[in-house]
Amino acid sequence: MKSLILHTATRLMIGILVLFSLFLFFRGHDEPGGGFIGGLVGAGAFTLYAIAFGTEATRKVLRISPITLISVGLLSLVVSGLIPMFVAEPFLTGKWLFIEWGAMETKLSTPLIFDIGVYLCVVGFIVTVIFSLEEE
Amino acid sequence: MLIVVALIFAIALISPWIHRLFKEKSGWVLALLPLGSFVYLISWLPHIAAGNVVKESTTWVSMAMFHVNLAFYLDGLSLMFGLIITGIGTFIVLYGSGYLAGDANLPRFYCAVLLFMGSMLGVVLADNLISIFVFWELTSFTSFILIGYSHEQENSRKAALQALLVTGIGGLAMVAGLVLMGFASGHWEVTALLNEGDIIRDHPHYVAILILVLAGAFTKSAQFPFSFWLPGAMAAPTPVSAYLHSATMVKAGVYLLARLNPVLGSTEIWLLLVGGFGLATLLISAWLSISFTDMKQILAYSTVMALGTMMMLIGLGTELAMQGLAVYILSHAMYKGALFMVAGAVDHEAGTRDVMKLGGLRALMPISFAAAALAAISMAGIPPLYGFIAKEIVYEAALEAPLWPVLVITLAVIANIAIVAASAIVVIRPFLGKKVETPKKAHEAPLSMWVGPLTLAVLSVLLGVLPFLVDKALMVPVASSVYGAPLDFYLSLWHGINLPLILSLLTLAGGILVYRIWDGLRDSVPMRVYQTGFAQFPIKGYEGLLSGMLNLAGFQTRVFQNGLMANYLITILATLLIAVGYTFITRSGIFWDPSFENVLIQEWALTIGILASLGIMLAFGHSRLTMVIGAGIVGFGLALIYLMHGAADLAMTQVLVETLTVILVVLVLVHIPKISDVRGTTSRVRDVVVATGAGVMMTLLILAATAAPFDAFISGFYAEASYPLAHGRNIVNVILVDFRALDTMGEVVVVAIAGLAVYALIKMKRFGSNGNSKPRGAETSNTASKREKSS
Repeated sequence: MKSLILHTATRLMIGILVLFSLFLFFRGHDEPGGGFIGGLVGAGAFTLYAIAFGTEATRKVLRISPITLISVGLLSLVVSGLIPMFVAEPFLTGKWLFIEWGAMETKLSTPLIFDIGVYLCVVGFIVTVIFSLEEE
Repeated sequence: MLIVVALIFAIALISPWIHRLFKEKSGWVLALLPLGSFVYLISWLPHIAAGNVVKESTTWVSMAMFHVNLAFYLDGLSLMFGLIITGIGTFIVLYGSGYLAGDANLPRFYCAVLLFMGSMLGVVLADNLISIFVFWELTSFTSFILIGYSHEQENSRKAALQALLVTGIGGLAMVAGLVLMGFASGHWEVTALLNEGDIIRDHPHYVAILILVLAGAFTKSAQFPFSFWLPGAMAAPTPVSAYLHSATMVKAGVYLLARLNPVLGSTEIWLLLVGGFGLATLLISAWLSISFTDMKQILAYSTVMALGTMMMLIGLGTELAMQGLAVYILSHAMYKGALFMVAGAVDHEAGTRDVMKLGGLRALMPISFAAAALAAISMAGIPPLYGFIAKEIVYEAALEAPLWPVLVITLAVIANIAIVAASAIVVIRPFLGKKVETPKKAHEAPLSMWVGPLTLAVLSVLLGVLPFLVDKALMVPVASSVYGAPLDFYLSLWHGINLPLILSLLTLAGGILVYRIWDGLRDSVPMRVYQTGFAQFPIKGYEGLLSGMLNLAGFQTRVFQNGLMANYLITILATLLIAVGYTFITRSGIFWDPSFENVLIQEWALTIGILASLGIMLAFGHSRLTMVIGAGIVGFGLALIYLMHGAADLAMTQVLVETLTVILVVLVLVHIPKISDVRGTTSRVRDVVVATGAGVMMTLLILAATAAPFDAFISGFYAEASYPLAHGRNIVNVILVDFRALDTMGEVVVVAIAGLAVYALIKMKRFGSNGNSKPRGAETSNTASKREKSS
């Protein structure tokens, strides 16, 4: 769509939107947010970009094909489920790793990998559909 | 043992890189893996020969319902199978490197064949019923890849699918049988089950268990009438046929029944089913083998005959039958492996494997000829080869059959006459006689391709002359583990002049006679009818079933997926109305007790606002865009309601989904023609009735549901457990990614499939309509859009 306002606003917004989607994603375990919501915001960012600059430019910005995002997302889901099986626990049992950084603490876990999978699938799904429809 | 199986799988996965590293020498390098496993297994031989067993167990899956242990168990039976798998596997890897030399897909062959080897070794070594099933399915799966090796050819793909469907369906039946057996006895380890035979045999589910397990074993081991997939699988490259479809995988069914003989066997129904199917298979396929002229088809049907013989012996269940089974399996693995590899070498060097187009290769391929001749003599059961000992003991067992011994021995002799003729055909025709012009100029196969057959053939002679080399060490432990009690026997070439020897001579004479009249016999009308009836007819049956299923699926797709949105909606709503409405009225009755005391003023405002905007939109909006906006208002209104009740997550999701939905719908709208309502009065009335009914029912349902006392147990549990158990304070997200992650996984998979489907449908619409290659889905979507345009 040719509109100076839209172009300028999109350029400014896209970075903020993607950052916001990551912010929602990471805080999701304790505050409202999470992989699904974060993914929706991320997908919204790229949708906006696609409306403003077309799908060709969006593919370049995204770098990775949305279908690859879906497949990597599904793979993350499976991996997060398989990890606990290596220590003889049922599929998808949450395993946690706490890393202390002085006063700070980082929580790494298989639910995090799972949530990354959800995020990637949601972004991949919406962007795939938008691209397919736009390019038709 | 776990280490060996795991190592084979690991090396299989990196085999393409090993191939890249060693180029044409990769076959010799990779063959070290099965060779090493062979040496490892044979190092247990003294231990097993002394009457011991080896057990090893690692917990794999542990749940409240049952435990799956990666348990391995080595006794005589599994050791013999393990030695066959790794021993012949060594030669097959070498042979494959010569047979497929220069083929771009060779790395894939190595990978798949080693994966198969690991799975097959898993089947025979596993001690747990569930692990056996998992490895069993892995063999079907790798077999599918290997049969379809030349995937650009349609008949390869068809044969691969056929083998997968037949063995896969059997495998599903088998797992049901194994699970029933596990629950009936309370044991999941085969070693524990072996002592529980009486419990299983007296269990009310015994017949069901037996039939289900037999369905798996009979399909895998190609018993009549499921035998057709095995000759079909000859579309695979010869190393695969020699390995999977002769020496190993097809014997998985035999292995399973031999293993379970002490648990399920020695009943009348076992004798009738296993013995009966075995006997029918061996008779039918023996004569089928000589109705073909393709060396691989002849060998394939003679393999089916051998499998039938093994089944019959398991069915008979006597001591002699168990001895016969042990000796027969070993001798068959040696001669049939050799013959298959030679047939492939002939095909590779001369360009055809049709015996009518071959002749006089003896001078050109002397080593292959020697291997083939020895192996064929063993297959024909001529002394002093191991095959002779095997056949004698099979005849002895048949003579002592617990039921109708005269019938059993007669049929066995008649079948073996055909096998003698088949042995003659596969050696005399291609190698002896006048030299015939072949499509390729024949010469001896490379070392990698004759070392296997020659070694196996020489072993057949060695064991025939000196049978005591393996009797005490291997044959006695094998027969004992199948029999379920220790046995003791020894084998010898010369038993004196007795009935089996006379029958052997009779078989030989008959075989020579059949060979002499073969040219006339093959083309005679009875033989043609016989071939059509027993070889082609089961394939026709399979194909008929398959196409019938596809037609049914196509029919119900056309009925339900007719492409008209209005029809979908009315079907869904009407079904909902009838099914839910009926249950609702009969179970709880109509319920009308709304209380509005707790409803806040802003909630009233919001609800009325939503309803009013919706009403205005529907009444006055004539474009789709207005309707979309109307739906959007409802969605955002809902988000506000969520927010009022403190469900921030839900509200956020609702707003985002609503926004993206509006964008998506608008993108779709561009491609859809304007609304033109052409419904008549009748359909309008019908639509009004269904719509009103569904709306009223949903309202009543919600009223009834919210009036029921709210059970706070589950939400209370989540609220309390969220942080201590899952280290998260956002309960919604913790439920999504941890507590109910499996549900989320299912939903995400649906999302992914929907995304791919949209992509495929739209791409297909753009590039589509190019002839027959178009899948059914594309057709319906195209006709659907056409219909929509015309309406």
